[in-house]
This record gives sequence, structure tokens and C-alpha cells, in this order.
Amino acid sequence: MQPVVVENIVKTYPTKKTVVNALRGISFSVDPGEIFGIIGPDGAGKTSLFRILTTLLLADSGNAFVDGFDVVKDYKQIRNRVGYMPGKFSLYQDLTVQENLEFFATIFDTTIQKNYDLIKEIYQQIEPFKNRKAGQLSGGMKQKLALSCALIHKPSVLFLDEPTTGVDAVSRKEFWEMLHRLKEQGISILVSTAYMDEASLCDRVALILKGEILSINTPKGVTDEFKNPLWAIRADEMFRLMNAIKADPSVESCYPFGQYHHVVFKTHENNKEKLEQITQKGKYTSVEINSIKPNIEDCFMALMKE
Amino acid sequence: MKQFFIFVKKEWLHIWRDKRTLFILIWMPIVQILLYGFALTNEVKNSKIAIFDEAKDEASTTISQEISASRYFNLLKNVDSYKEIEATFRQGKIRLAVVFPRGFRNDLLHTNHAQIQLIADASDPNTANMLTNYATSIINDYQQSINQNEKLPYTIKTQVRMLYNPELKGAYNFVPGVMALVLMLVCAMMTSISIVREKEMGTMEVILVSPLKPFRIIIAKTIPYLLVSMLNIASILLLSVYALDVPIRGNLGLLIGESILFTITSLSLGILISNTAKTQQTAQFTSLMSLFLPTLLFSGFLFPIENMPIALQVISNIVPAKWYYIIVKDVMIKGLGFGAVWKETMILIVMTLALLGISIRNFKIRLA
Amino acid sequence: MQKEKVITANELTKRFGTFTAVDKITFEVDKGEIFGFLGANGAGKTTAMRMLCGLSLPTSGLATVAGYDVYKQNELIKKNIGYMSQKFSLYEDLTVRENIQFYGGIYGLTDERIKEKTDLLLKQLQLEEAGKKLVRALPLGWKQKLAFSIAIVHDPAIVFLDEPTGGVDPITRREFWSLIYEASERGITIFVTTHYMDEAEYCDRVSIMVDGRIDALDSPANLMRDYAANSMDEVFLHLARKAVRSE
Repeated sequence: MQPVVVENIVKTYPTKKTVVNALRGISFSVDPGEIFGIIGPDGAGKTSLFRILTTLLLADSGNAFVDGFDVVKDYKQIRNRVGYMPGKFSLYQDLTVQENLEFFATIFDTTIQKNYDLIKEIYQQIEPFKNRKAGQLSGGMKQKLALSCALIHKPSVLFLDEPTTGVDAVSRKEFWEMLHRLKEQGISILVSTAYMDEASLCDRVALILKGEILSINTPKGVTDEFKNPLWAIRADEMFRLMNAIKADPSVESCYPFGQYHHVVFKTHENNKEKLEQITQKGKYTSVEINSIKPNIEDCFMALMKE
Repeated sequence: MKQFFIFVKKEWLHIWRDKRTLFILIWMPIVQILLYGFALTNEVKNSKIAIFDEAKDEASTTISQEISASRYFNLLKNVDSYKEIEATFRQGKIRLAVVFPRGFRNDLLHTNHAQIQLIADASDPNTANMLTNYATSIINDYQQSINQNEKLPYTIKTQVRMLYNPELKGAYNFVPGVMALVLMLVCAMMTSISIVREKEMGTMEVILVSPLKPFRIIIAKTIPYLLVSMLNIASILLLSVYALDVPIRGNLGLLIGESILFTITSLSLGILISNTAKTQQTAQFTSLMSLFLPTLLFSGFLFPIENMPIALQVISNIVPAKWYYIIVKDVMIKGLGFGAVWKETMILIVMTLALLGISIRNFKIRLA
Repeated sequence: MQKEKVITANELTKRFGTFTAVDKITFEVDKGEIFGFLGANGAGKTTAMRMLCGLSLPTSGLATVAGYDVYKQNELIKKNIGYMSQKFSLYEDLTVRENIQFYGGIYGLTDERIKEKTDLLLKQLQLEEAGKKLVRALPLGWKQKLAFSIAIVHDPAIVFLDEPTGGVDPITRREFWSLIYEASERGITIFVTTHYMDEAEYCDRVSIMVDGRIDALDSPANLMRDYAANSMDEVFLHLARKAVRSE
């Protein structure tokens, strides 16, 4: 049985003047024991989706099931068995680490000791601070505490809504390592993020934008779907170069990607020559041209334009 | 200079576009002036009185008429015994009783002296003072009028008896009022803020997605404030008795029971507010505007209710504090028993049940 | 020809009591450069930036911004820089036009110039129809682009961007960086702090602060080569793991 099944979920929010379409008919499912990533920028609908799945919001239409239970009719059962970590890791700022953990263990009718080995690796990193108030922890430590609190009752499904946003790079990396170890324990994880590079750390991903899913696949599957030729080019005069390339009719898109511009061509013919022509004509220095494989971000951007 | 003005312009735009602040800045002063100017006044008017005329002669009748005609007084009834006077005071129906002794006019004509007794409900000492003063001045006017052409002056002495509070201690009036205010503030405002804070911090989301029944969450949130309120009542009563010399004349158990009832009323109001408020600021603002302020103004301890225009008197009926204040005064200061306050208690019970019912039904088990 | 230096810092230090937030940092930024100022939260980035913006006096060391001394001429500094941060930049309850007019006025532009700039900005950002809309109603990406444009409405020598992007879709993020490229091309120096390491790669040079010191300062390409890393993310992780201080 699949831990999460979503069928055509629609959610709108009426505002004073218009209606906001947060989710426009989302469908996907999560397999047992996998890390499924919902990847998309702010406003894509990630939080609305998570709140519907954790029974905190009612969808306008569509169905969703968690561990076989209907999110509307069987909400009580779902609330008893899932782990949820919303954005801003909701912890009680004026309670200590220990008190927070005890509280969450108790309301789930368990104790810290009972499932300790599940959270041991994570908790040991914050244990030295166990008497410190949660409000005084660093972002990375809050993240670990919130994860521990979400796991303490050994949930079958874990919902993590943007758990790495606003956290330093080292903690982010450690967090994903922790998630992979949890996977080994058989916990299914649904995690959302706005960081495109985190997509490659998931088993499968759904790319989401403005309430619609652009693609559902393994990370490799997503990049394999990218059909157009992709080239990376750099020079000392990046801005001028970008404008020059964009002006060429055979170019589909040219976007800055840090040290290189990524250029997508419409067809497969003579692309390297075209780029060389442009750089020779414009007097650029330190030119570098490479054919490259797309990453998730390239794919996301291509899908956005469709 | 131009930079200065553009900043001023910006600030003006901010104010104009924030409707709630605008309301406070422009409407509140207007409402306040109207309220204080027209409705709320310490001035005493139309106070209900009773007259016990044992003399029933020309003099007593004339004075009675003068008193009744005055805009300060409203003759509720003529009574025929001290017992009836006491009972009417106990029922809280009158603030002043005027007693003319038998043979009033005779005493006046033959001895040039006579007495009139004024009995006032001094649980509100300010009002009692004012009423006795008004009555005395009317009696003095009469005295002057009959002294017009006489060589030997007539003197009518007024003997004043202040019921329940012979020393006219202000504390007798404001202690019950403060109890109502404190309970309303602690329970309603703090409960609503506590529930809304959970929503604001985001932890409400997490605890909703747990086996905890939402109903239990609310109760758990109110219990600490129930206990704090008990502590507050205890300290107020102790201080009143030992530091302010205010007695507890009635049954202490009854007093505490009624206080617990009122606490629950306030708690349910707090829950009701928390259901709709999205931020702690809103919860605080709503509590102050819709609970604390009306309690202050309409409970009756600061501004006697019978002095207000009818419209406001009707409004005061839905302010729970009004009923609690009456109960506390009756039990604590007047030493009355349940028999005297059962009506007010019933009203409070009905209000509480209704409020609890609505607030629990409206409590959101989901975020939206 | 030597490039003009828009920022110079020499052993710049800031102490709060016994705590040294910024520990003798020394660096220079050239005119027109896109300079990335990176570091974990708590490393001292924000404190350092405040000193350079004239918002906080250093404890010791020297620094000049746009040629002005941070100790004695910080009012002049403020007149010649632009500033944008993710946490605050525009007034949500004012319209797009009103925001432009306000900031234009604050920066001392003439009425004519404000009008010119308003028309130009609206056109450039394709916000012509949105001029009268409240900023609150704009999507996040548009807000960011507008905020940046307003930060440079007075053509300052240098603009400080404090964590300017966050959470927007990748295309919008790149449109934002195109605006930055264009400003740099016009001669405006860009001083940007960010914790998105991939954005570090847009910069000409980056510095990485750890525990109040600058532990690395070079172009992204050189740093990746020196640390045998495939991305700035890896370079940063390498340096940040040594950090003693966290927020």
C-alpha cells in the first residue's frame, strides 16, 4: 500500500478582489520507504499541499490518502500516526530541548526512551544543549530538534515542509544525511524544498510551479527528459555576451548560471560553431565553450517555459 | 527639506491606508466624548427612592412631593414599615429612603424642631453621599421657605444613616468592581492571547497533527488561568479584609462559588475571541475593546447604571460583569444569601453555557 | 591603468565587549566589480556590512567607501550608496510609483529626475500597468526586481545587497541577476551577501568569512581550483566545517 496517494487535489484561496489558485489539480503517489521531494519556489503550493495531506486544510476537490486513510474522513487516524515538521520548525521557544521532546513524546502516548534509537544519531548532536531553551538554539540545532520531535513516536510517514530553508549549508548537508539513514528504517518521507540542488538527493521528485506539477520522475529521469542541446559558455564580459547570444535566432534561451551562461539551442546543428562565431565577432576575452549535461534547474526552467 | 516633506507624505499615506489604526485615531475620540459627555456620568439623576411617611401631614406631604419632583429622585414606592424599607434595600431596588416620624408637623409647630431620617445604601458611598446631600438641600429649602416670616426659626434636622458602609469607605464599592475587572482581564484576555500565540508561533499546527483532541487543548489552555484567578481572588479578598477593612459579611463559600462561575464565563469569552483572532495583537485589542472596556464602563461600579440613558442601560445587561458586580456587592457588603442573588446567578449561568457552547463549537480543528 | 577602488578595508575590527564580531578584515573592491561577501550566519557578515554602510562605527582599523572614511564621513557614505535587503526594502502599503517617488525624494533627486526614472524603471521592469498597484499585490519576484532598481535609482557608486534573493523561481532569480549584471556594466559596484552558494558563482570575486575573519578571497574559479571543488557549495562546506562559532 502506498503511504501517500494524491488524486487531483484543487485548492483555492479567495481574497478580497480575486481568487488565488494554490493547487490546480495535483496528482502523485509516494512509494513505501522512499524520499519523495516536492521541488518548487515560494508560492508554488508546497505548504498548501502539505497542510492538506496532514489534514490541517480541506481541499476544494480531489482525494488524498495517507497510509490508506482518507484525509477528510479519517483525519483522526492520520493525526495519530504521521510525523509533521512545518516550516519555521515549530518548537516551544521558551521550553528547553528536553522539555520539548518530552512534550511531543507524551502527546503521542510514548516516551523518549521507547523510540530512542530512531532519533539517537540526531539527538546526540543536540544532547549537550538539552537544558537550553529552544529559542536560544542555532538554526541547525532547531532543525535537528524539530526532526527529533517529529520522529519520537515512530511515524510511518514523515512530512517535512521546507526543513532546510534558512539553515546554514553545513546543517543542510547533515540533515539530508540524516534523512537517508531514516529511509533505511523504512520510514516514507515527503519533503519539500525550494533548493533545486536538493532534488538530486531524493529518490523521486515532483517539480511544482504555481500549483501545477511540471514533472514527476527520478532526478535522473528528469534530466534525461531534457531533449535540447545544452552548452555552457563564459567570457570576461558576461553581460554583453548574454545579450549577444540571446539575440541569435537559433537560441532558445540563455541564462546566467554563475560562472557560465547556459545556452539552450533549438536544434542540434552547428551549435558550437554558432557560439564561436558570436564570440569572435564581439571581441571577448578568456572564452570557454563546453557541451554540458543539464541539471535539475535547467530542466525546471525548460519545463517552466512550456 | 524636500526629503523631509516626502517622508511626511509617506507617513500620512501609511496612516490613511491602515484602516484599523485610522479607526482608533479618529473614531475613538469621538466615541469617547459622546460616551463621557452624554452617557457616563457620576452625576446622580433619577435615583430610585422610597418614602416612609408615618406622619402623613401637610408638612411631610409637601416635602415628599418636593423630593419626588426633583430630577435627582424617582419615587419607586411609598412604604409602611421599616421592615419593608430593609427588604427593598436588600433587593437593591432603592438607593435612598426618607422617613418622616409620626407627628412631624406637630413637632415642628410646637417645638420648632423636627427630624427626618435619611437612610442610604452606602455600598456605593459616593452616590449615597450625593443623594443624602441632595435630599438635605431640598429639606433645607423647605425649611427656609417656612422661615420666611417667622421670628423664631424652625429647624429640621436630617438624621443620616448609611447602610452597609457607615464609614463611607470607597473600598466597599471598588473592591467588587476590581474583582470583576481582574477576572475578566486575566481570564479572557490571557486565554485568548495564549491560544492565538500558539497559532502565531506555528506550534498549533504541530499539536493539531497529533492524537491530542482539540477540545482538550482548549481546556488545558484555560486551566492555568483558572488557577491564577483563584489566587487573585484570594489575594484581593485577603487584602480587602485585612488591609482595607472591607468585611465579608455573607457566606464566603457562596462568594467563592460565584467567583468561579464568573471566571468560567470570562474564560469562555476568551476562547470565543481566540477563535477569530489571527494575531496576538488582534486578540489583545479585541479583548480590551470588547471586554475590558465595557466591563469598566458598564459593570456599574464606576458609573451607576441607573444614571445612564436607557439605551446604555439595556446594553449593560449583556455585560456579564454587571451581574457579577451585583452579586459580589450583595454577598460581600450587604451580607445577603443565595436567595437574594439567585436571579443574577441564573443569568450568569445561562450566559456561560451559551458562550461555552458557541466557542467550543466554533473552535477550529483545522487551520482554515 | 589601476582600477578605482570603491571599498578599502584595512584590519577592520568590531568588538562588542569581549566578543570580536569582525576580526581585522582586510580587502578591496574595484569599481564595477560584483563582489560576493559570504559566510555562515554568525560569521560576522552583517556586522561588517553595517560598518561599511556607515551604520555602525568600527572598533579599530580603517575603511573607506566610495572614497569616504567610515569614521568621519559616514553621512557622505550614506548619500553615495544604495541598500537592499530581503527583510525590508519596499513599503507594502504604498503603490509602485509612490515607492519610487519616495526613495527618489529621500536620495535627493530632483522632481524631473524622479519622473524620468519612474518612467524608465516601469518600462524596464515591464511594470507599466502596475504603477498604481500596492506593492503588497506584486509577486515576490517582481518585488525583488523593483527593490533592486529603486536601490540604485540615484545611480550610487556602490549598492549593498543583503541576502537579496530567496525562494523565487529560477527564471526570476536569473532575471534579477541580469539586472545586477547590467548595473555592474554601467559602473555601479555590487556588494552582495548571500548564503545561496550557487549565486556566489555570479560574482567576480568572493570573500568567505569564518568566525569573524576572512578565510578566503578570490574569484570563484580560482577558489574551486584551490580547494579541488566542483562548486562554491563544496568550497564553502570545506571552510565552514572548521568554524567554531555558529549563530
